[in-house]
Amino acid sequence: MKIVVCVKQVPDTKGGVKFNADGTLDRSAMLAIMNPDDKAGLEAALRLKDEYGAEVTVVTMGLPKAEEVLREAFAMGADKGILVTDRVLGGADTWATSTTLAGAIRNLDYDLIITGRQAIDGDTAQVGPQISEHLDLPVISYAQNIKIDGDSVVVERQYEDRYHVLKAKMPCLVTALSELNEPRYMTPGGIFDAFEKEVTVWGRADLKDVDDANLGLKGSPTKIAKASDKVKKGAGEKVNLDAQESVAYLIGKFKEKHII
Amino acid sequence: MDFSLDKKHEMARSLFKEFAETEVAPLAQEVDETEQFPMETVKKMQKYGFMGIPVPKEYGGQGCDPLTYTMCVEELSKVCGTTGVIVSAHTSLCVDPILTYGTEEQKQKYVTALASGEKIGAFGLTEPGAGTDAQGCQTKAVLDGDEWVLNGSKCFITNGKVGDIYIVIAVTSVTEDKRGRKKKNFSAFIVEKGTPGFTFGTKEKKMGIRGSSTYELIFEDCRIPKDNLLGPEGKGFPIAMHTLDGGRIGIAAQALGIAEGALDKTIAYVKERKQFGRAIAAQQNTQFVLADLATKVEAAKLLVYKAAMAKATQKVYSVEAAQAKLFAAEVAMEVTTKCVQLHGGYGYIREYDVERMMRDAKITEIYEGTSEVQRMVISGALLK
Repeated sequence: MKIVVCVKQVPDTKGGVKFNADGTLDRSAMLAIMNPDDKAGLEAALRLKDEYGAEVTVVTMGLPKAEEVLREAFAMGADKGILVTDRVLGGADTWATSTTLAGAIRNLDYDLIITGRQAIDGDTAQVGPQISEHLDLPVISYAQNIKIDGDSVVVERQYEDRYHVLKAKMPCLVTALSELNEPRYMTPGGIFDAFEKEVTVWGRADLKDVDDANLGLKGSPTKIAKASDKVKKGAGEKVNLDAQESVAYLIGKFKEKHII
Repeated sequence: MDFSLDKKHEMARSLFKEFAETEVAPLAQEVDETEQFPMETVKKMQKYGFMGIPVPKEYGGQGCDPLTYTMCVEELSKVCGTTGVIVSAHTSLCVDPILTYGTEEQKQKYVTALASGEKIGAFGLTEPGAGTDAQGCQTKAVLDGDEWVLNGSKCFITNGKVGDIYIVIAVTSVTEDKRGRKKKNFSAFIVEKGTPGFTFGTKEKKMGIRGSSTYELIFEDCRIPKDNLLGPEGKGFPIAMHTLDGGRIGIAAQALGIAEGALDKTIAYVKERKQFGRAIAAQQNTQFVLADLATKVEAAKLLVYKAAMAKATQKVYSVEAAQAKLFAAEVAMEVTTKCVQLHGGYGYIREYDVERMMRDAKITEIYEGTSEVQRMVISGALLK
């Protein structure tokens, strides 16, 4: 089985979010990490590899620095890494990003594509499903469990108060929730090996069947009119727990929301 | 000369830091309070290869260098001195001598199991009557047919009882020099837990690193296979000394980590703690104390990393290791003591981590060669 996992390098929101004067994210002031949902997707792929045997190829689009998340993926156990980077691809919104990633994935053999549900910097949850549209594949989003059954995947899709069990024939695309699993740590030896491995670097010319009109800033229909701090908060959630349980609950929530 | 870490080592550090903060820190206080060996944490470290970092892959290790191992002990010790020394004693005092002096069979049998994380290692040199003066050792080994028969005891043994494989130093002969003075000749042995005649004495109750399992080892007609002699017969003393050179880098890293951990906690505390209407971080006394401590920690770090690099590139690194351990241990004691002081009354309360860190720091000036022994090693090299 061949699995492609899409990952994104995002600013770590753990130490607080830093903004530029114009309201956009100050990425240089924040540490860069592998997006948590994507990491869960990678872990899911690695578990399928452990259980059924698979080749896991990780694809990322970003600045040359995004190579770091591919090294991390290698150190966790991924087999191949592809960095899609090119000046003309910069400033991409979800449409241009999914077009780019689909253009890269068209070069690859795959049975299953796994993406994270959404990235903590953009929170759109659009790129995964859009890739499936570009590639004309079935998509199952919000996966909280992924299993293989013959030539199909069986996925538990999270819903508000329940989950759905869906089965799709491969090739298909699944978007992963960070609740899907607890990603493994890298190993020290894995890290050393990761720096011996070669990262494949692709540019615009390597993308298959894409139109320049759909790439980069020019190909992005979404325009950010204005960015500002969030001020209004929702009503929140009421829980009735004793002191000990409250602490565990809060710590769990903080971790879930990537605050700690 | 470049003092920055390369990307590979940076990533390794971030791994150890994340592991320490996620898996180790939440248990540190409980481990200290209950004096329980953190076996669950050790199992996780075994799973992720932390117990065989500087060991070649062919022997089940991670194939990394001493610097990576040093950073692992440092990051673990930032949050829990106990966890730091478990890795250090296992790796430096048990895995390393077998890797350095063992036969191919011994490496295959023992290093593979230790580095891959199936087994925990320990080392026994110190005896009730012999610490710094190793010539005072009484434990004897006598060859009887195809077996060595061990008799005696070892004390203050880190990873005692939880360990599966022990390196034990024992007297195998006594010779006289030209002037008729008696000299004990030592040999090193690999002893497995469960060998008849090998038992454990009392568990030590300690000031610090209280989760570390410290036991007396007792040998009563303990028969071990002839093949478990480590290195040549009669070479146990140089083997022990060389082993301790490596061990000192591990302890120096532990001391460095404890100092860094205490400093991190204190920097956060002084920003929050208000006296006279403002954070105590705004007081010049606080600022100057912190500046001095941070400078000393940085100096300690350079010595520790230099010693780790020396282990990777030099055959002999006794002085580098001794200097790193001497300085880092004394810095750890000073930093933790002053961090407790900056915490005021709260620093004396067990709820605050610096209290534990100050108790943990003290042992780094004592074990694997006291600070006085390090000074003997350093001055000995200067004046030879």
